[in-house]
Amino acid sequence: MISYGKNSKRLTIIFFLLPSLFGLIFFSLTPMVSSFFISLTDWDVISGSPKILGFSNYLNILQGEEFWRTLKNTLYFIVLYIPLMLLTSLSVANLLNSKYKGIAMYRAIYYIPVITSWVAGALIWKWVLSPQYGVVNAILSYIGINGPGWLYDEIWAMPGIVLASIWKDVGFFGLIFLAGLQGIDPTYYEAAEIDGANGWQKFRKITLPLLSPTIFFVVIVSIINSFQLFPQVMIMTEGGPHGATQVMVERIYKYAFEYYKMGYASAFSWLLFLIIFIVTLVQLKLQKSWVRYDT
Amino acid sequence: MIHKEIWRKILFYSIISIIAVIIIIPFFWMISTSLKERGALMAIPIQWIPDKVSFEAYQKLFKIFPFGRAIFNSMYVAIMTTFITISSAAMAAYVFAKIEFKGREKIFVLYLATLMIPGQVTMIPNFLVLKYMGLLNTFTGVMLPSLINAFATFILRQNMKVIPNDYIEAAVIDGASHFTIFYRVVLPLSKPIIAALGIITFMGTWNSYLWPLIILTSKNKMTLPVGLSLLNGQHGAEYNLLMAGSLISIIPILIVFLFTQKYFEKGLTLGGIKG
Repeated sequence: MISYGKNSKRLTIIFFLLPSLFGLIFFSLTPMVSSFFISLTDWDVISGSPKILGFSNYLNILQGEEFWRTLKNTLYFIVLYIPLMLLTSLSVANLLNSKYKGIAMYRAIYYIPVITSWVAGALIWKWVLSPQYGVVNAILSYIGINGPGWLYDEIWAMPGIVLASIWKDVGFFGLIFLAGLQGIDPTYYEAAEIDGANGWQKFRKITLPLLSPTIFFVVIVSIINSFQLFPQVMIMTEGGPHGATQVMVERIYKYAFEYYKMGYASAFSWLLFLIIFIVTLVQLKLQKSWVRYDT
Repeated sequence: MIHKEIWRKILFYSIISIIAVIIIIPFFWMISTSLKERGALMAIPIQWIPDKVSFEAYQKLFKIFPFGRAIFNSMYVAIMTTFITISSAAMAAYVFAKIEFKGREKIFVLYLATLMIPGQVTMIPNFLVLKYMGLLNTFTGVMLPSLINAFATFILRQNMKVIPNDYIEAAVIDGASHFTIFYRVVLPLSKPIIAALGIITFMGTWNSYLWPLIILTSKNKMTLPVGLSLLNGQHGAEYNLLMAGSLISIIPILIVFLFTQKYFEKGLTLGGIKG
């Protein structure tokens, strides 16, 4: 019989928490604070001591057109991506929720893009969307459509990135919705069938309201993800043509690790943080007002 | 009535197959392109199936880039990161679930607060710290930040909380220490959730791009995504090469996926559960 003395308990706690506390302090909390201090300087790593600038990095970013362009590009992405993603992943979830044979195989197929790395996926899509030699425009030409220049066209570059992102994410969000659908009590549907409701009515009056917490969650997650677009832009367009696909993380990466403007890049990253923070706050507020939780 | 059921079945399989085909076409195009000679890339009309199958791209790929090495690097980093993440998170989760002390909840809230911080904010200071510690271009540098993973800690804590305290008290009466209880009782009971978390951590690390791109700079240290993006920068027009590289990077993770699909699905939905 061992007794847990005060000291032995303390030592046990310290032992168990040590690895994660080390990570928490040195790779999360301290960096966050120091990132803010770096954002107030003109530090470029190479030339000795940084000058303290106060908030002028922030002012420069907010007064320049680049930040607003990245914001506009991100909103363009969101406006195209979210409705299309909801439509496709809800359809996929509904299909996968049926009891026909062979579903497991289709399920596995839908996940392959999810497990593919974004770098490989983006390379594939860059080639798939090639205006002259890619399959998308080839297929379009079979039905008599002259396909656009996709990634080489200022207007079509972002839709191209959206298509790649839908392809990559539909399996994941489909799975999330599938889990939501399977959580709905089947007696609701049975009752509706007795009342003579058709498929669409059942979807509109039962599935959609009961799925609203999941839909809400998915929309919030995708908005936050949209502000953090990176690999697809880096590989497919590098922000071009003419800045039409420049986004925040791509800018932060370039300023920090190509131009070594650590202060400027840090300020940019804090603005990104602020935006994500606001989205999260809005989420917490809205959640109460329009989401219906099944009780 | 039966007639209607058949039509419904046909409609169902048509739609689900069309979506599957749309999802597969890019992969098909990748494989087809990787087997083409360079000249055939720009054939018009496009060749869905190469007129002449050639392994030129694969030979060149391994000659100009240490691709075998990159596969090993990706494996090593993914396995080690998964091990570090899960061990560190499970140890912390055990304390937060089963050892009571003053201030415990406050520390836990501090862990959860890190979920709010986007990686792009911490990556610049983390890069600078690793630079001054001489850990740039090392696997240790890439893996160290995974010591803290608030999401994994949270999920594991939720699961460990459900383990009845009677089990633990019984073990204490038998004279077991916390280390023994953790290792012999709590960890075995958490196996399914550890498997799910492990799989998504492994896949996330295997596919991660931005962080290794910043830290791993030399060719023989690069993971597959970083190597592929370098290849894209240097041979951006040689799509047979790029597609061969992409295919090679997908095959190992596809094999892992096929063997772990159940845990993979469970892992993905972990993030989607709202209480």
